[in-house]
Amino acid sequence: MGRKLLIHNDKVPGINTYEVYRAHGGYASVEKALKTMQPDQVTEEVKKSGLRGRGGAGFPTGMKWSFLAKPEGVPRYLVCNADESEPGTFKDRYLMEKIPHALIEGMITSSFALGAKTSYIYIRGEYFYVARIVEKAIAEAYAAGWLGKNILGTDFSHDCYVQVGGGAYICGEETALLESLEGKRGNPRIKPPFPAVAGLWGCPTVVNNVETIAAVVPIVNMGGEEYAKIGVGKSTGTKLISASGHINKPGVYEIELGITVEDFIYSDEYCGGIRNGKKLKAVVAGGSSVPILPTELILRTAKGEPRLMTYESLSDGGFITGTMLGSGGFIAMDEDTSIVKNLFTFSRFYHHESCGQCSPCREGTGWMEKILQKFLNGTANESDVDLLWDIQSKIEGKTICPLGEAAAWPVAAAIRHFKQEFIDIARSKKFVDISHYDRLNKLVRA
Amino acid sequence: MSGSQVHGAQPFDKAKRAEIAFSEEAMKTVQTIISHYPPERIKSAMLPVLHVAQAEFGGWLSPETMDYVASILKVRPVEVFEVASFYTMYNLKPVGKCVLEVCQTSSCWLNGAEDIVKYIEKKLNIHVGETTKDGMFTLKVAECLGSCGTAPMLQCGASFHENLTYEKVDAILEDYRSAGKQRSYTDLDYKNTL
Repeated sequence: MGRKLLIHNDKVPGINTYEVYRAHGGYASVEKALKTMQPDQVTEEVKKSGLRGRGGAGFPTGMKWSFLAKPEGVPRYLVCNADESEPGTFKDRYLMEKIPHALIEGMITSSFALGAKTSYIYIRGEYFYVARIVEKAIAEAYAAGWLGKNILGTDFSHDCYVQVGGGAYICGEETALLESLEGKRGNPRIKPPFPAVAGLWGCPTVVNNVETIAAVVPIVNMGGEEYAKIGVGKSTGTKLISASGHINKPGVYEIELGITVEDFIYSDEYCGGIRNGKKLKAVVAGGSSVPILPTELILRTAKGEPRLMTYESLSDGGFITGTMLGSGGFIAMDEDTSIVKNLFTFSRFYHHESCGQCSPCREGTGWMEKILQKFLNGTANESDVDLLWDIQSKIEGKTICPLGEAAAWPVAAAIRHFKQEFIDIARSKKFVDISHYDRLNKLVRA
Repeated sequence: MSGSQVHGAQPFDKAKRAEIAFSEEAMKTVQTIISHYPPERIKSAMLPVLHVAQAEFGGWLSPETMDYVASILKVRPVEVFEVASFYTMYNLKPVGKCVLEVCQTSSCWLNGAEDIVKYIEKKLNIHVGETTKDGMFTLKVAECLGSCGTAPMLQCGASFHENLTYEKVDAILEDYRSAGKQRSYTDLDYKNTL
């Protein structure tokens, strides 16, 4: 059994309530930080832990915190990014729903480190019921004296609020999130300035993912060095993985970074193998934006080494033969899956979610969706595969925010690894329901 | 962003505008939300206040409702409209009492979301985007709602219905029909089958 630091108590009855959470050692990190540490010492522990942002980008959290500008007389803010909307990702929802106090404890300890008197938890609107659970937990924390004025009799005062979104994937991008929190459309800002200098209402702001903030709790409790002992190389600690698709046991798993992908897919502790005795065809390892990999490349790197669940191992081989850990949205597809149609669902998603600011993304995502639609209608030509490749290459790197890349990468990877499938469909020239590739195969070969 | 909704905006009616006001309870909720922000930053309350307004005034945001919200947040009406038209959760046209939003992205599709959509279409005799004649149900498709591990799923108001089967869909529709009330994202009696 791997070590668990975030959701080890998730099956304890009533762990969503303050009393039970506290009885299981909850809020110890706040006590430790406020009573025995200086704010900079907390940041130092987070730096030592090697914790990397768990939302997808994997940027070192301690470094992000140390960039926070601290001009006199200007308020600083901590904003929690709970706008989880990357397809395949549902770990933050699980954490907030099951153990809401873990997030709130992390918010208080992190805010102490950053000197933030106010923090906001921005939860995607669709998770309204989750927002209610978190709001209830916040009220409990106020009642027990963990939030409000002079916490534990110290000089530190803190207020924490929940804000719900309105349904927009783009608000997971930190500057779009800040715009949305200011009551505007979720259009990402041009950077610099980064939020650490000019964030919420122009004030210095740190934006961190739910899981990142929750991880600060065990880091402060056990010390950064101890935390860094878990994992492999620069991938330290534990990570929540949302597992879905054609597997026997979909759900949220906390893993020690460094287990093999093969173990994660096939062991009974985690996914429990592929459903209905089928074979694995492909995996999207870190949410819809990261490149899809065929079985042979997800289980082993191009060099033949076992692929590990770490930032480095998953990206071994760059985008030619590798992928990314991303948000940990792990989607497994069995041998009957049509990669083209799955890609269509991704492209439709990105077209729908593009904010429309930058033309390459606004126009390109729609164009890619339309071409993929041709494949589904049986009206695509072989040359459309090259056209798709051309479009995706002209979006990447040409937009204000990474949604452009997020839309381009899955298209590029699907063509890179499964080009024959596109060509087969283009040649068939039939209007077919290709939800299942085997059905198409039969038609093509008939 | 749902651009098509913008064109669905309705004409402005001065007489209707005069009648619009939050109930005492809703106003209390709105004031609490506003208190979360510095006094000079109350525009920040826009998204949550629009959710309250949508729940309060029939499940959608009419131009009159948006004008009213603008007056509360002390912003121009267009600032409300630009937000309401950007985010998918705000309806700019009247909808049924229960808006069924079926997730259709990858994991849900892999687990048969299309069949669920077709089943509901047939059962309610409407297409995606339409409302039943009795005004009870509106059917929509949605992009990833974060239930990938419990796919396929649909959301109605604040409730998540997961691991859907045809039988489960039958039961859900029956349940909503017999209750007969309007569902909103701000419902307190949400259901969650996780």
